[in-house]
Amino acid sequence: MKAISFDTTNALCGSILTAVGLFFAWQSFNLELGTAFRMGPGYFPLLLSAVLTLLGIIILVQSARVHGEPMGPIAIRGIFFILPAPIFFGLTVRGLGFVPAIFFTALIACFASHRMRPLWAVALSLALTVFSVAVFSYGLGLPFERFGPWVRF
Amino acid sequence: MDLISNLALGFSTAASPANLLFCLIGVLLGTLIGVLPGIGATATIAMLLPITFQLEPVSSLIMLAGIYYGAQYGGSTTAILINMPGESSSAVTAIDGYQMARNGRAGTALAIAALGSFFAGTVSTFLVALFAPPLTEIALEFGAAEYFSLMIVGLVSSVALAHGSVIKALAMVALGLLLGLVGTDIYTGTPRFTLGIREYADGLNFVAVAVGVFGIAEILRNLESEKTREVLMARVTDLMPTKEDFKRMFAPVIRGTVIGSALGVLPGGGAILAAFASYTVEKRLSDRPAEFGRGAIAGVAGPESANNAGAQTSFIPLLTLGIPANPVMALMIGAMIIQGIVPGPNVAVEQPALFWGIIASMWIGNLMLVVLNLPLIGLWVKLLKIPYFVLFPIIMAFCSIGVYSVNSNVYDLYAVAFFGLVGYLLLKLRCEPAPLLLGFVLGPLLEENLRRAMILSRGDPTTFVTRPISAVLLAIAAAVLVIVFLPAVKAKREEVFVEED
Repeated sequence: MKAISFDTTNALCGSILTAVGLFFAWQSFNLELGTAFRMGPGYFPLLLSAVLTLLGIIILVQSARVHGEPMGPIAIRGIFFILPAPIFFGLTVRGLGFVPAIFFTALIACFASHRMRPLWAVALSLALTVFSVAVFSYGLGLPFERFGPWVRF
Repeated sequence: MDLISNLALGFSTAASPANLLFCLIGVLLGTLIGVLPGIGATATIAMLLPITFQLEPVSSLIMLAGIYYGAQYGGSTTAILINMPGESSSAVTAIDGYQMARNGRAGTALAIAALGSFFAGTVSTFLVALFAPPLTEIALEFGAAEYFSLMIVGLVSSVALAHGSVIKALAMVALGLLLGLVGTDIYTGTPRFTLGIREYADGLNFVAVAVGVFGIAEILRNLESEKTREVLMARVTDLMPTKEDFKRMFAPVIRGTVIGSALGVLPGGGAILAAFASYTVEKRLSDRPAEFGRGAIAGVAGPESANNAGAQTSFIPLLTLGIPANPVMALMIGAMIIQGIVPGPNVAVEQPALFWGIIASMWIGNLMLVVLNLPLIGLWVKLLKIPYFVLFPIIMAFCSIGVYSVNSNVYDLYAVAFFGLVGYLLLKLRCEPAPLLLGFVLGPLLEENLRRAMILSRGDPTTFVTRPISAVLLAIAAAVLVIVFLPAVKAKREEVFVEED
């Protein structure tokens, strides 16, 4: 007899989609549903989350039968340096101002690659800051404060 | 004649010095980023979208359209030179284009791609000008039920043309629709799925979702394995095709244009399908089928023309109905909404200069591509040598600035990071993000029209099948779904998409 084996990718995919579907369904129940004639804010979302949950379950069930390729490597280093870059920019652009925020954002993103040397990273970030300030702040005239309240004396 | 005066209006709009400049910038930027391998047209537009928001609506859309053709052309360049298609529709070009390059005919392959695309672009621009107005007339008769059914057709087709599992693509549509509903309910003002965050009351920022799911996810995938790229040759010489080459590309270009124009109109990404269809047709019709896969000229000329023709005619559903035919058109809709234009049949009536200006700029953009890119090809080859680890910090910085500049809302930046992670997760789980984005754009419209149709019919759901146009549209959607699930088609479909990878 063949042992039951799962395609990990699809099993994971199915469970995540089911969970997301259930989450949206739960949220929709807190909204007014209304009737088919006069739909409330929760009616259509509830319908969609039911569909999503159902599809998630189908994928989960199918994962026991169909097998695909493995998931491959995951860009852990990328996730840890790329994703915080825009978050850092969001947290500091008002406080530090545009110039320091964009410098550090570029610097953080630089370290996502193991091939980037620190000195190069600083040089690249500096060049990028000068370019961005010239183009976006002076050229396009975006209303950013160049230096924010945190770094003003 | 109406057509002539309309086209004259369009050309006078598109040929104003400022708009010419923005078209040029768009084409250049598009090619620039499209040439960078691993970044396709969708990711390019997503990243460059915020730059255009400071402009007038017409200029902004002209520039975006320019970015689109530029990125597509850039994608073919990388397909030919390093066998790395920037996007799926130029994957076919890579098959024979790369072989031509290895035979020392890279210049010819690039020239054939450019000339074929230009011819296809010219013809299909006229088709858009010809068919858009009558379709607009029909679309003006559409009620809520028809719009709802039409969007269902669009969503279902995007599922049919997505890679991999149909079930997963359907799930992506549902997830996209749900994400599109985040924000305040239009009828009651109730906040939905905002998790109590006031900044998301206006809904998730479209640019943030697009940049995250397409741009950031793409960067993460490229960081998985950092290999050095191999650029085939140092010099591209002999751009001009010989007389013999011209003779052999003529028929494929014409056939490709016809196939591409017809398939491009289909909602759901006809350009990819068109390129594949054209390649198959050429292989079948050729008197030298053995050449295919070893550098056949027809194998470059046909698909390149088809994919460019498809790229143009995919503007038809966007301009007439406000329904995006592919993720790029979804981005254009997002851009229109941010510019305060409600996409749909009214655009042609209320803003003829915008409508015809975009159509005219398509042709101008294509002309610029031919004129610029053949001489500039050396520059693009140099660009291929820029190491990736220098590129992505630049992209990240520009994305951050761009997304923030749309609304000055820092929560949009957090959404970028979140959707970057979501997009990467979806890639890893082999889920196609294109249907998700389409769903995201259509979500609010779909719900609004569903609710309006139900109110108009006093709660009777049969309204969708008793109104003739709506019934036909739903029948099309149902037919597409049935066909996709047919075992024979399913097998064939998997075969096609395997070849593409």
